[in-house]
Amino acid sequence: MNDMLRIDNLHKRFGDLTVLAGIDMRVAAGETVVLLGSSGCGKSTLLRCINFMETPSAGRIYLHGRLVGEQRNGGMRYRERELCKLRTRIGMVFQHFNLFPHMTVLQNIMEGQVTVLKRGASEAANKAREQLARVGLSDKASEYPARLSGGQKQRVAIARALAMDPDIMLFDEVTSALDPELVGEVLKTMRQLTEEGMTMVVVTHELGFAYHVANRVLFLDQGVILEQGEPQQVLKQPATQRMREFLDGHSLFKLPD
Amino acid sequence: MEWNFWAVLSDFDLLLLGLVNTLKVTALALTFGVPLGLCLAVLRLSTLRPASAVAAFIIEFFRTTPPLVQLFWFFFALPILIDVRMTPFIASIVTFSIQSSAFFAEIFRGGIQSIDKGQWEGGKAMGMTYAQSMRRIILPQAVRRMIPAFMERAIELLKTTTLVSTVAYTDLMFQANDLAQKTFRPLEVYTVVALMYFVLIFVLSQLSIRVEHRLAKSGDSTLR
Repeated sequence: MNDMLRIDNLHKRFGDLTVLAGIDMRVAAGETVVLLGSSGCGKSTLLRCINFMETPSAGRIYLHGRLVGEQRNGGMRYRERELCKLRTRIGMVFQHFNLFPHMTVLQNIMEGQVTVLKRGASEAANKAREQLARVGLSDKASEYPARLSGGQKQRVAIARALAMDPDIMLFDEVTSALDPELVGEVLKTMRQLTEEGMTMVVVTHELGFAYHVANRVLFLDQGVILEQGEPQQVLKQPATQRMREFLDGHSLFKLPD
Repeated sequence: MEWNFWAVLSDFDLLLLGLVNTLKVTALALTFGVPLGLCLAVLRLSTLRPASAVAAFIIEFFRTTPPLVQLFWFFFALPILIDVRMTPFIASIVTFSIQSSAFFAEIFRGGIQSIDKGQWEGGKAMGMTYAQSMRRIILPQAVRRMIPAFMERAIELLKTTTLVSTVAYTDLMFQANDLAQKTFRPLEVYTVVALMYFVLIFVLSQLSIRVEHRLAKSGDSTLR
């Protein structure tokens, strides 16, 4: 089985609050998986556990079949060094971009390459220009983020993550902070990545994107995966009442018949 | 009463020497105090409880005790505790480096904490360590915001260094006392010295206002 990512029985608790209550999930290489669910269902937490922005309370995560962390008396132990290295192979794009305002667009995209991957400046700059062209923003290389629109910022953030040559990309509600008219350009960029064979896990409220682009849709509810399958099936013929309610709540979005 | 500046001006080189020494103490205290302040701030912000508590204590202690007491402690008390020879110069540098570092630590802490959490996440997600994020992402942004507070603190430090004259370090104040006794012209001497401090600090504070305006104009706060 060619799993890029495998998650076994993942739990995450914040104090008394259980956010994830046993998630099993596999993502094959080149697959785009969309996580759906209402706010507070744990989908962002799940995404953030994948690159250990949050430390799982229990469960195992494998990347390329290799277990992350080491087992210690029944639990898992994670070393910061291993996690840093892991994160270089997992790209993440955030709702609020998190671009570095004191650096130009090009410097933003070079930063991780130079500081973390220790690439030379010219190699990093070339790579940065390449990725900038990929997201269609070659002319913005020397701008500061403050001068970009939200959609452009988000595409720069995508380019910044891609420049690290990640095995897998995580998208955390990346269009939620954008003006509606800017959402399209970001989704288009993401669709292009899917078509290029990038492995992606996407948390989004854009049902249209899930329907047209995802290979698989997972619906989370109260910390567990309630439904999953091909988007055409899950989104058109939901098996559970909860999922139907969720979809009705999004009725402003018209899905094609 | 009759003003006579001649006595002062003929020995003006003494005051100039004092001025140089005042600047020397201030500059050295800044040189050691700023990095030390950064260390204290990082410790203070650490999630490691004991480290944070120790840093908090040091910061609070040096912010709440009078600098003159600190100076006397380092000059008179420390050599009794441990076998070191304290010259007035070294005692002054040690005192004001540590004393100002406590204030700088609070400025650093405020600056670092003012940076959006998303900036840390941006660095972390691309595999940066805490130190890398701090050095490359957080501090460059925080320092810009801290500049006005820094300048104000540096000026404050310059004024506080007059205390070193009490342990017989030959700063501007010490030289003034010396000259006043020698010439029996305290009125003229202290007037000139006050003017010297005024000019020096006025120029510095004008500079700091200039810098502050430029930062405001470049829109540091709207960059994101």
